[in-house]
Amino acid sequence: MIVAEPKPIKEILEMTRDCGKILVVGCKGCVTVCNVGGSKEVGILASTLRIAAKRDGKELTVDEHTLERQCDPEYIDELKDKVAAYDAVVSLACGVGPQFLSERYPAQKIFPGVNTKFMGGALEHGMWAERCAGCGTCVVHHFGGLCPIARCSKSLLNGPCGGSSGGKCEISPDVECIWDMIVTKLMQEDRLDDLLQFRPAKDWTTARDGGPRRLIREELVK
Amino acid sequence: MNEYRSGSNLEKVLKAGHFAFTGECGPPPGANVELLKKKAQHLKGCVDAVNVTDNQTAVVRMASWAASLVLLQEGLEPNFQMVCRDRNRLAIQADILGVFTHGIRNMLCLSGDHQKFGNHPGSKNVFDIDSMQLINLVKTMRDDGKFLNGQDIDVSPNLFIGAASNPFGDPSEFRVYRLAKKISAGADFVQTQCIYNMKRFREFMKQAVDMGLHEKCYILAGVTPMKSVGMARYMAKQVPGMDVPDELINRLKGAGKGKVADEGIRFAVEQIEEFKEMEGIAGVHLMAIEWEHRVPEIAKMAGVLPRPKV
Repeated sequence: MIVAEPKPIKEILEMTRDCGKILVVGCKGCVTVCNVGGSKEVGILASTLRIAAKRDGKELTVDEHTLERQCDPEYIDELKDKVAAYDAVVSLACGVGPQFLSERYPAQKIFPGVNTKFMGGALEHGMWAERCAGCGTCVVHHFGGLCPIARCSKSLLNGPCGGSSGGKCEISPDVECIWDMIVTKLMQEDRLDDLLQFRPAKDWTTARDGGPRRLIREELVK
Repeated sequence: MNEYRSGSNLEKVLKAGHFAFTGECGPPPGANVELLKKKAQHLKGCVDAVNVTDNQTAVVRMASWAASLVLLQEGLEPNFQMVCRDRNRLAIQADILGVFTHGIRNMLCLSGDHQKFGNHPGSKNVFDIDSMQLINLVKTMRDDGKFLNGQDIDVSPNLFIGAASNPFGDPSEFRVYRLAKKISAGADFVQTQCIYNMKRFREFMKQAVDMGLHEKCYILAGVTPMKSVGMARYMAKQVPGMDVPDELINRLKGAGKGKVADEGIRFAVEQIEEFKEMEGIAGVHLMAIEWEHRVPEIAKMAGVLPRPKV
């Protein structure tokens, strides 16, 4: 899933400073799963904004709405009779949400309420880690099912750098050296040949380096 | 090898079977060319080639190619270092052609320390290719006359290709294989990370020799003399992939006040003496960090002077 964290409330207060009527919009997709943008978090942010307004002696109306998904025009449309009544919309979806909202409702001010972090998963409750860099050409099968592009600090494709120490990356003892894991796994599986195989320079055209990406699957296009 | 690959002094010295001795010079954190020239002069006549570091530890300094050219003008042979952190494949290939055009003949291919360590931790890194791919890229440019995209190069850059090896990095069982992989990718010579744990290094070299790696590539053992107990402790604890045995730290401590640096040098000289005899070792790479002025005495004590003229 796409993992996000709440934006500091100070930033949201600053963005919405001049607004008298705000709509907080959540998303039932990834951000609900990672506890940052579901109906519960929409409620919490709305209350926080109301309390802050009251404290500052400011007139403020905050309404709440949670969409099935903010990355789908079909669901974004649900707000069409509603948004014009607000000074601003705060989106609690990943970075896709505020953009889909901005594109669908160009006259409306849309503010991001979360910081989108990465594509990853939950290690345990409240702890997430990155797993995919979205390079567009998956190669994990060469590396024991583990991705050095997303998980090696230097995206090395041919083995661990000299800074790998005790299973940890040179950048921090909190970061696992993915190459330590790859090597250990493949050597246990007697796959030294795979490790010794030269992996050539990657073609990054399918990654973000190739420009903003778009995917068309003819069989699905009406 | 009937012909020279680059014809660099370092290649000639190694090919003639001499025990090579290379040094290192960090470019200044500014445009202080006089300081660079002064540091270089200490190394003149003491070493076969001088490694010129490339934004080492991710701290901005004068460009390695530019400092390498200053060394050339000063009559020293540079070993131009390049890291993959700061350049994509376009810049890498352009810089390779540029340095060769200006007379640089040795190049050391490295991944590069992560920018988190340096003085611009907020920068974006590149890592378009890794050090293994860089080694292979230089070899392809030199031997096949091709760019990475397969297009022809009009005049190929004939460089003597260097790589680094850390015998003490983890996972330790893979380290010798990684060296083998770098040699297969095209490394002509290898300089190791600073060695302090001689026992572990002997084991590493035995593996390398058993695999015949020393017959395919010149292996230079990395030596950095300890200046102080603090430096030894720092290396032991703070530098990932470094193995500094307690025994050495205690030896330095035991040297007494004002004598630690000399003891550090004595240990380095003992190491060099052993490397001269060690099977598979073709030379020593002396990284006297900000201690260039002490290189002449270390070289003299180690009995590696005068340097051969080939």
